[in-house]
Amino acid sequence: MLSYLINGISLGSVYAIIALGYTMVYGIAKMLNFAHGDVIMIGGYMAFCSTSYLGWPAIPSVLFSIIVCTMLGIVIERLAYKPLRDASSLAVLITAIGVSYFLQNAALLIWSSNPKAFPNMVDLPNLVVGDIQISSVAIVTIIACIVIMIALTMFTTKTKLGKAMRAVSEDKGAAQLMGINVNATISMTFAIGSGLAAIAGVLLCSAYPTLMPTTGAMPGIKAFTAAVFGGIGSIPGAMLGGILLGIIEIFAKAYISTQLSDAIVFAVLIIVLIVKPTGLLGKKMAEKV
Amino acid sequence: MKKFSKQTISGFVNYGIIIVFFLLFQILSATGNLGSSLKGQLIPICSYIIMALSLNLVVGISGELSLGHAGFMSVGAFTGVVVANSLSTAVPNGIVRLFIALFIGAFVAGIAGIIIGIPVLRLRGDYLAIVTLAFGEIIKNVLNCLYVGIDGRGLHFSLKDEQSLHMEPGGRTILSGPMGALGITKLSTFFVGIILILLVLFYIQNFVNSRPGRAIAAIRDNRIAAEACGIPVTKYKLMAFVTSAAMAGSAGALYALNFSTVVPKKFDFNTSILVLVFVVLGGIGNLRGSIIAAAVLTVLPELLREFQDYRMLAYAIVLILVMLVTNNEKAMAFINSKIKSLFKKLRKGEAR
Repeated sequence: MLSYLINGISLGSVYAIIALGYTMVYGIAKMLNFAHGDVIMIGGYMAFCSTSYLGWPAIPSVLFSIIVCTMLGIVIERLAYKPLRDASSLAVLITAIGVSYFLQNAALLIWSSNPKAFPNMVDLPNLVVGDIQISSVAIVTIIACIVIMIALTMFTTKTKLGKAMRAVSEDKGAAQLMGINVNATISMTFAIGSGLAAIAGVLLCSAYPTLMPTTGAMPGIKAFTAAVFGGIGSIPGAMLGGILLGIIEIFAKAYISTQLSDAIVFAVLIIVLIVKPTGLLGKKMAEKV
Repeated sequence: MKKFSKQTISGFVNYGIIIVFFLLFQILSATGNLGSSLKGQLIPICSYIIMALSLNLVVGISGELSLGHAGFMSVGAFTGVVVANSLSTAVPNGIVRLFIALFIGAFVAGIAGIIIGIPVLRLRGDYLAIVTLAFGEIIKNVLNCLYVGIDGRGLHFSLKDEQSLHMEPGGRTILSGPMGALGITKLSTFFVGIILILLVLFYIQNFVNSRPGRAIAAIRDNRIAAEACGIPVTKYKLMAFVTSAAMAGSAGALYALNFSTVVPKKFDFNTSILVLVFVVLGGIGNLRGSIIAAAVLTVLPELLREFQDYRMLAYAIVLILVMLVTNNEKAMAFINSKIKSLFKKLRKGEAR
């Protein structure tokens, strides 16, 4: 029971980190970035390459993966999303899907469709409390999630850049008039989101060590649901939604049915949204007539 | 003689395109000029055209983003397979059986549409999108563990495994969980596919100009104003959603009865997205655009065969570039001026 709970929180922490990327990008650019899941996959492959081919130790290869994904996020934003800033949201959505196809197929060409065995990044002994064994990966994941959460909250409330980010997400036009560089802020949000995706990719692959070009797709969709679950656009909401989703998934797998676990996760989401249409921590917006 | 309105003429042009498309492929295949890979694509093209038209009813005319349309296709597909399989002795005629399967597939998908639509249509915008996505995934997951068998006593259902169907000896399994439906008798024909497209097209074109159709467009343009005018919002939204689901169901049945095996995984999120791509690339709300985009994009991976391994990569790049160009005012103005000058030249050529 307790070990399921810890596994759930650990899986949920990964979802939460991915969901943060979704929610930040949504909050600021009002777009569903479907390519986010594939950035996770690229992050996983980068860490895999630097450890397996170049023989780097864990920490430099994670840093390398974060840097590559951050750059990738900025490049994607510049080339594919920036020209569509004023286009309809559906057009941006389809472009994001195009980017997602592109990344998946590029990975397919470079690394082929054979699953790669992801090396163990967390080389620590497992923690034993009483008769429960807790894997070190789970602990590292949970700690990483807490650190990221605190750092992000500090960043958005205390620093100038973070405040600019919140201002842009509230009202783009007014932020511009106040002298905030809107384009640079949006680029920065994409960079942070993609960097988080790289961390999530490494953690995800450490817990489930098979790496394929489609690895990022399903966690991406689930993290997206987590973001909506917690109220899209809200950072604590993404955290809460991610962790709850992870716990529900692990418990559904353990006690109800392995095959139907995804269906149960989505059913819970639907029930929550029907009861509270803006998600758990979402703000209710008054409608202007 | 009464003059036809612009919309009626545009409607007839759409029927014309479908019929010309049909005749063209009939002639090509009769003269043996049609490659076998393209020939196998004909019925999938038909069902994707129907999918695109039906999704256009939700996305274009009703203005709601649905990301789970493949779920309805899936419901229709497996209902169609079960119906066709269980009626194989009662109705020996293939075409009649196909029509029954298409109809019941559409009906069951329509019921699924009602069940999903009632809670979903309370939500708006991106929340509605995510819930339709969730429903699509739930349908896929449930069908992935659904077992259906038939014997002398009738149909048996189970969510566990084949043994728990408790069938009499001599019974046969129709659906076996993640393996999907095996040994389907191929019933779909290109001709029936074309008939189905024409029916769907006829329905949507008349629906748009009917009273409910105008009410739905009014809700899309301004929900609050429409509500203030006394239009029952939920009723009309649900009407569009359910109609669209039923059409997707018939497309699914047509699709499934074209292959010998179909797995539930085929109708996942990616298929929903693929259909959405057809609708958006064809132009939201534009039926002719949907037809052309569905046909071209289904064939495109075949045409890109020269690129071999790079073809899906090329597909992705084409998709991104098309979106970037069509949403760029300068680029569109440039293309439009080029097309206009081309027409001018052609006209001058005629005048001489």
